[in-house]
Amino acid sequence: MTIAQFLVLSAALFSIGIYGVLIRRNAVLVLLAVELMLAAVNINFVAFGSYFADSAAGAQVFALFIITVAAAEVGIGLAIVLLIFRNRASANIDELDVLKW
Amino acid sequence: MDLGVAQNWFFLIISLLMVAASLVVVTSRNVMHAALMLIGALGGSAALFILLGAEFVAGVLVLVYIGAIIVLFLFGVMITRVPIGQSHSLDHANRWPAATVAIATFAVLAGSAVAFFGDEEISGVNAVRTSDIGETIFDRFVVPFEVVSFVLLAALIGGIVLARKDPES
Repeated sequence: MTIAQFLVLSAALFSIGIYGVLIRRNAVLVLLAVELMLAAVNINFVAFGSYFADSAAGAQVFALFIITVAAAEVGIGLAIVLLIFRNRASANIDELDVLKW
Repeated sequence: MDLGVAQNWFFLIISLLMVAASLVVVTSRNVMHAALMLIGALGGSAALFILLGAEFVAGVLVLVYIGAIIVLFLFGVMITRVPIGQSHSLDHANRWPAATVAIATFAVLAGSAVAFFGDEEISGVNAVRTSDIGETIFDRFVVPFEVVSFVLLAALIGGIVLARKDPES
């Protein structure tokens, strides 16, 4: 296994995540695409941990931190989406113009 | 990529499945299919972690992501009444700028990775024992660990405060 094949896969997942963030209108689906990007970053961390073999445990600890922060992000994100839905009766992000005037 | 090695065949199959599943996540017209296909992408990355000898991270990924986060997403889909089933209003109309940005990002990231690392092998994957990870967390990374636990606590309280109904109104 080469290190580059993991990095290319991770770049592909990250780009697909970027496409999803840009193309989706619904806030829940935007959060799904953000999760895809975080998973791509995790693959990078673990692959580099195996590549630099003496720091493998440290790299995996960082992957665990990313998983934890992703869980917190989804919790807060869905709470905000729920609040927006309750106030606007819609979760489409292009209809959120309350900060504009 | 040398296809004479069994690991590379596993990698090829898993990565093709992951890319296909994540393409469904960002293009599907059905919200439930998108959320459930994220399981495919994340399960594939758990399989890659096992291939790289990161068993504990793979287990945590399955437990936290597939066990908790996907369920949270399904709750979010159901609570916010995203149209379940076919829907044509989930995407913006102008998809070509987004596709251009995504393809350019992929070209830069993948091109620089291949140009820098070439075909350097990951030499000898050793499984990292869970006890090693535990020692690393509570020895070298004990302060970040406490910070992350505080972030989780803040997110928990913030989620409750944001999502509960206001008592006055």
